Amino acid sequence: MKRNLTCIVCPMGCSIEVELDGANVLSVTGNTCKRGAEYAKNECTNPKRTVTSTVRCENGEIISVKTDRAIPKDKMQECMKLINNARPCTPIAIGDIILSDVFGSNVVATQHSAAHNS
Amino acid sequence: MTDLVIIGGGPAGMSAAVAAYESGIRDILILERDENLGGILQQCIHNGFGLHKFGEELTGPEYAWRYEKKVRELGIPFKLNTMVLDITEDRVITATSSEEGVFQIQAKAIILAMGCRERSKGALNIAGTRPAGIYSAGTAQKYVNRKGYMPGKNVVILGSGDIGLIMARRMTLEGASVKAVCELMPYSGGLARNIEQCLHDFNIPLKLSTTVVEIHGKDRVTGVTIAAVDERRRPIPETREYIPCDTLLLSVGLIPENELSKSAGISLDRITGGAEVDQDRQTSVEGIFACGNVLHVHDLVDYVSEEAEIAGRSAAEYIKGAKPGDESVRITTDGKVRYTVPQRVTADKAVNVYFRVADVYKNVTIQVYRDGEPVYAKKKARVAPGEMETLRIGEDIIKGAKELKLGLEVSGQ
Repeated sequence: MKRNLTCIVCPMGCSIEVELDGANVLSVTGNTCKRGAEYAKNECTNPKRTVTSTVRCENGEIISVKTDRAIPKDKMQECMKLINNARPCTPIAIGDIILSDVFGSNVVATQHSAAHNS
Repeated sequence: MTDLVIIGGGPAGMSAAVAAYESGIRDILILERDENLGGILQQCIHNGFGLHKFGEELTGPEYAWRYEKKVRELGIPFKLNTMVLDITEDRVITATSSEEGVFQIQAKAIILAMGCRERSKGALNIAGTRPAGIYSAGTAQKYVNRKGYMPGKNVVILGSGDIGLIMARRMTLEGASVKAVCELMPYSGGLARNIEQCLHDFNIPLKLSTTVVEIHGKDRVTGVTIAAVDERRRPIPETREYIPCDTLLLSVGLIPENELSKSAGISLDRITGGAEVDQDRQTSVEGIFACGNVLHVHDLVDYVSEEAEIAGRSAAEYIKGAKPGDESVRITTDGKVRYTVPQRVTADKAVNVYFRVADVYKNVTIQVYRDGEPVYAKKKARVAPGEMETLRIGEDIIKGAKELKLGLEVSGQ
């Protein structure tokens, strides 16, 4: 079986063709870098995505966050629920862990809270 | 008198400031109208920034912080909540803030880094009522990502530029139902990766060659009518389809924000909507430079930073006494190449030319002509209007040239 993918690793968006035998990846063509081949294999076996969102802090401030690694694609909505239920306390700095151990990743802040810079 | 005033504290302004500082200029001032540095990146919370510049995947706020941190560490002064009202040809800046009132600064050099704004619904002439629930995609992005408000629950998006695609995913993740993304053109203006991870991941239909022909609703949007368009982009009546929704997002293009450039008498490029510049990003007015989305709309912030560094270094040289060259060679285009930046070169040195094409072309040869003669060719499998291209033109080609032209030879479409 053949599967055509658009690589999402970088803005080049290469068209990749993966040849599959059931769940076994036989060949990957069309990628222009190693990371593309890696992506294509994962996409056919265990697709993953980085989730980026925002969290409302206890003081009402909105801070942007991300999962520090990609999580299984079918867990994105569950991950969003956890993020939306969190109410972290400020001050928060970039990289601070907001939620730990979320589907094999940590949810970390990608923005400083307002108090941080002043 | 201030050596260098930079208008705008987004990625372009900050990167230009750092580059000018590193070129030896200390008397720098950044003027920013928002309450933070970082510009539009603050609301671009998705990832994918910085692969080119830093070799890693950052979110917008993280990318902005890399530069803000440098600005702070170097002690480069900036004024927030400060709106520039006017600049003159003689580089007098009039600005205002609630703290200082109206004030003027005489600058030795100015870098324009005001960014761009979204094309509004007024520019679209869609029939129907004007209820609440119509937002530009960037406004919706600000509501969701900065303020924590959801603009609606059932959404149709017109325009498949990157902001539209990103917002389709964002609204879906926050619980909205995105009914469709409609695109007037037969191809998307967004990056392929965004169609994949923002639409396909969530089974959101992308309707190409389709537009919104009517908006329904009295107080709030109740639905839109969409229709397919023919090859001349006219709606086909038989294809009209009603989609119930409470929100319409418009992602229909960005326009460089050049009101200040006009007041300084800077000549603008009709196609980019930004200033015409030379290889140093110096505009037609001596001592005034431009970079980032105010010059031409970029798809990748990495290229904005790169361009701003050129402007920052050049402004530093100008302050130290360098004069723009008086001989200028224009770079013209063949129409398939829509525009180039820079539009002219004034020095005999190699230059990276950024350009965009007019349509999606396959198997193309990018040709450089020098005084009418083809002198350089580069093959490419695919080019598209949504993806900015670059080409390096060597010093040997530029030296002694009277006219340079960039064109495409197409063997497939």
